[in-house]
Amino acid sequence: MNTPDNIESILLLAALLFCIGMAGVMIRKNILFMLLSVEVMLNASGLAFIAAGAYWGQPDGQVMFLFILAMAAAEVSIGLALILQIYHLHRSLDIDKIKEMNG
Amino acid sequence: MSIIWHITSAVAILSTLMVVTRYNPVHALLYLNVSLMSLALLFYLLGAPFAALLEIIVYAGAIMVLFIFVIMLLNLGKETAVQEKKWLKPRVWVGPMALALILLLEIFYLLHTSQQMTGGPYANGRGLGTAVSSRAVALSLFQTYVIGVEMAALLLMAAVVGAAHIGRHKKTNLHRFLNEDHPL
Repeated sequence: MNTPDNIESILLLAALLFCIGMAGVMIRKNILFMLLSVEVMLNASGLAFIAAGAYWGQPDGQVMFLFILAMAAAEVSIGLALILQIYHLHRSLDIDKIKEMNG
Repeated sequence: MSIIWHITSAVAILSTLMVVTRYNPVHALLYLNVSLMSLALLFYLLGAPFAALLEIIVYAGAIMVLFIFVIMLLNLGKETAVQEKKWLKPRVWVGPMALALILLLEIFYLLHTSQQMTGGPYANGRGLGTAVSSRAVALSLFQTYVIGVEMAALLLMAAVVGAAHIGRHKKTNLHRFLNEDHPL
């Protein structure tokens, strides 16, 4: 078999990828890279769902992955439209310069 | 005995680390593409070939094209061609190429040795690599989760309408004293 023996290693990999994505969201200042890191996090959660579905031998994990996929597509389209508008307004993608909401 | 799995997860971790540390958006996109392909191979190894194909088609196909279009739109200018020539040196693409080549060799190996694509009885719990057929996924999707499918359709439609509304390029209305193009 080419698969690992236990599910713990897969969940560890998913947690590692999720943490890399979360670190990317926190350390980057460019909003485009933050969107890319959110994609990485969504992929990691999808991997956890697939691993759980494979562990129980049920199709529910893949169904949840399909929902994550649809949600990611919607999120990316809205986010990229927002990025275009932000760039038209501010001529920059730096999140430190986008502070009219005083966050 | 799970050497393929370890190599693929190492490629996934490495390419994901490169995604969050690159300075150039296009380089990050190249590495993100490799990361998505390695995740697709992991899904295939976990017995989910349908999810693996969808990962490649939707993520590495459609969403990546969206990102590339936006980066193209943001980089309009005269210096784009010079910048493109400067970016496309072998030092840039040899990293993603090497990682993708590892994945390609792995999938050749798997296609020659494994019997996973033929599928099997899915609910007998014979370990993690047992394939869950796409028939079972489709039955579960359109029987148990049909309300979720309709909600996903609604979400996608809302996303399309919202993106069309947000992405519309409005003219900014300045006061005529602030408008420097047409002084009084």
